[in-house]
Amino acid sequence: MPVSVDSSRIVYDALKACGVELVSALPETWLVHLIRMADDDPEMILVRLAKEEEGVGLSAGAHFAGKRSAMLMQNHGFLASINGIVSGAQLFRIPLLMLVSDRGTFGEPDPWQTEGGLVTEHVLHALRIPFERLDTREQVAPRVAKAMTLAHASNRPAALLLGRDLMWEEGA
Amino acid sequence: MRRLEALQAIYPELERRVVVTIMGAVAAELQSLGHRPGFFYLQHAMGIASSIGLGIALCRPELEVVVLDGDGSVLMNMGGLTTMGRYRPPNLTHVVFDNESLLSVGGFPTATSAGSDLAAVAAASGIPATERVSDVDAFADAFNRALASDRLTTIVAKVDAHYEAPARTKGFVTDLGLLENRFQFARHLRSLVEER
Repeated sequence: MPVSVDSSRIVYDALKACGVELVSALPETWLVHLIRMADDDPEMILVRLAKEEEGVGLSAGAHFAGKRSAMLMQNHGFLASINGIVSGAQLFRIPLLMLVSDRGTFGEPDPWQTEGGLVTEHVLHALRIPFERLDTREQVAPRVAKAMTLAHASNRPAALLLGRDLMWEEGA
Repeated sequence: MRRLEALQAIYPELERRVVVTIMGAVAAELQSLGHRPGFFYLQHAMGIASSIGLGIALCRPELEVVVLDGDGSVLMNMGGLTTMGRYRPPNLTHVVFDNESLLSVGGFPTATSAGSDLAAVAAASGIPATERVSDVDAFADAFNRALASDRLTTIVAKVDAHYEAPARTKGFVTDLGLLENRFQFARHLRSLVEER
């Protein structure tokens, strides 16, 4: 599977470096290595979800309990979480770090991913969720750290879009 | 059984614990019995109160966490029961007040009024202990058994679809601000961690 193990390791290390102790996740192709890394890490609490919106609750609970967390999901999972984000994380001012694999962009071979790719950034803008893209390995550590800092300073969500050029090693 | 009477019966135990409730009647009635800094009322985001309780329970195994849920909320996040059943933290007790309706928006009947059985769903989702009760004494017994056990328990308590706004409460809106509650709760949990 051409999902990049090396890039996944860099992303995982960046999460660890900014103090993440709980990761909630719903598997998707680009996230498989990240989820395995969380599963193999005895210091990480990994919560495998049935639907992504639960992850907003898990992260709120972790925050109340004094732990930093991150949600790992596909952009369609982000779209499925919106009420939890708006009337949970935003209404109650929860710092929420979201790592969203940005499927359906240039190079996407799967027809079913293509609508989500068109709307993800627009929905983030509409929700006033600050976000940056992670397209190169050099961007990962500083942007993850800065997103975490902003999420905690603002007590609001912040998102990072995992791009194809970072996560996928074969040219499409 | 009246939900308020059920809450009264377990209030002395709730007072000493970390409690996450759903919005509406449960939140207003628990506040009417006396707000405590360990009580958080999720006044929206229907469905994920149980996910918040799960997050706290997994992150702080030394804390005893109670979630006061409802049939409408559980039906919106039924997959969440399978997540609870999967991780089954022993320090979590999950109460579902089932009035078979969406009371705060006009009392429209939910699927539990037509036979959907949330205790059976919880059991089939892997929650290790489930109870189904319909009077106050049985509810208090089930709740105390759940606290004494070291197993995640879901208690489905059948209650009347009845609500009378308590004093100082307008409809379902109390005089405790959402964010005041949220920051007080977080600070309280931090103090519990620091005590240890």
